[in-house]
Amino acid sequence: MKQDAVVSNKDSIKSQEQVDSEYILRVLEKHDENHGELIAILEEIQTEYGYLPEEALRIVSDKTNRSLVDIYAVATFYRTFSLKPKGKHLVCACLGTACHVRGAPRIIEEFEQQLGIKAGQTTEDKEFTLETVNCLGACALGPVVVIDGYYFSKVKKSKVTQLLDKAIKGFDELEIGKDKRIFPVDVNCPNCNHDLKDETFEVDGCPSVKLIISLDHKEGWLRLSSLYGSCNFSTEFEIPEGKVMNFTCPHCRKKLHSTSNCSMCGAPMISMLVSGGGIVSICSRRGCKNHMLDLI
Amino acid sequence: MITLKINGLDVSVEQGTTLLEAAKFLGFPIPTLCHMEGLSPYGACRLCVVEIGEGPKAKLVSSCTYPAEEDLRVRTASQRVLRARKMILELLLASCPQSKIIQDLASAHGIRQQRFKQEHEDCILCGLCVRMCAEQMVAKAIGFRNRGQNRSIGTPFDVKSDVCRLCGGCMYVCPACQLRCTYNEPEKAICGGCANLTPPCVDKEQFNDMMCYMDPCVACEIKKD
Repeated sequence: MKQDAVVSNKDSIKSQEQVDSEYILRVLEKHDENHGELIAILEEIQTEYGYLPEEALRIVSDKTNRSLVDIYAVATFYRTFSLKPKGKHLVCACLGTACHVRGAPRIIEEFEQQLGIKAGQTTEDKEFTLETVNCLGACALGPVVVIDGYYFSKVKKSKVTQLLDKAIKGFDELEIGKDKRIFPVDVNCPNCNHDLKDETFEVDGCPSVKLIISLDHKEGWLRLSSLYGSCNFSTEFEIPEGKVMNFTCPHCRKKLHSTSNCSMCGAPMISMLVSGGGIVSICSRRGCKNHMLDLI
Repeated sequence: MITLKINGLDVSVEQGTTLLEAAKFLGFPIPTLCHMEGLSPYGACRLCVVEIGEGPKAKLVSSCTYPAEEDLRVRTASQRVLRARKMILELLLASCPQSKIIQDLASAHGIRQQRFKQEHEDCILCGLCVRMCAEQMVAKAIGFRNRGQNRSIGTPFDVKSDVCRLCGGCMYVCPACQLRCTYNEPEKAICGGCANLTPPCVDKEQFNDMMCYMDPCVACEIKKD
């Protein structure tokens, strides 16, 4: 009987995501071989895989001369660590006293019903994991639900469906037209003061801002949304994520210079004039959404 | 040398001696469950509580982990100690009613009835088997897992451990189950260690999975024959 258990367990490992032993070794190299860094190592592995695969723990045990029992004890002791794969979206509902009396159990029930799982489980399509937490320290805002790091206060039962829909779409997507943080700006070239607006091409349903970009001796147009706060754009050729581009004015063909570096990724910030007075700066790195507006 | 008073008697012991050892040296009996010579003291079962100090500062400590101090006054069988010990035994008996060792201790302390619901947990988490495996057998095949009320002892991932040598040490020291502790001769393998006509542990489903970390389990193999 026990023999069967061993065999079936090995099968389930194979069906799971393969563990990259090279990656584990790199993680181990980063940390001191001595005791005291086990939690840091496990945290890093969990960030990579979303959980702690059995194979990974065995490698850690092998390479650090710790017994598997000790590592397993730590991994099962802390709630941060999970030995089972988690879903893409993590729904964390507060069950602290304050949230509890404000109806958190009913909200969790609603989540359980809609997702078809119990608290602590993951849906079969690996989309959602539902967890409970004992207090998030925001008792006045209860019942609190955290989804993928975004906090939602005073959650009602009727809001659950909406929250789940939003979670699938992603919370950082801005609703253009509805969001007050998004408004149109007219920008000019800082060198020739020519209007950069391009009426012939629309992004976000508004006339776009035309610029010439060059990357690795390749040149092409880039059309930015003229709405401040929207990061939508289209380009002539595909730009790989994380590449820093050079920007040129399509009218005077002079390079747009940077005055500062991006506070988020360190790439040069490209400045353009705002008609009516002011400077708008955008990060020149593809994928970095940092932008700034200085009005004079 | 440290001089202290145990139940009014002076005793001199070496630095680092525990109160339990000092009391034993004088011949005062202190019941223990999770203590075993050759294994590090753990203080899990709390059965060895003694009272130290005087007046309002008097407190209960576990004698197996408390080191002897100069001029310490220790009482191993005061009213308070006996009451605490009785309560601990009652609770242990509720979690492991089939254990002969716990039944005997409870009987010796005058427990005649059970006030708590029987749980049949089959493990009192005393950690004897874990320490036996790690310290005497130098294997570290089993250990504690999870925490709080889910805490349990077993192998990682509940599969046979690569480092287990089937020594049986864990079964030998376990105070919760007599079947594994007492018998190594096949003909005596019907438990009855708890002196019940129908031992509750034998009837229990999945008995061979309980607390047994060996594969194949020696005790279960014996039982099958």
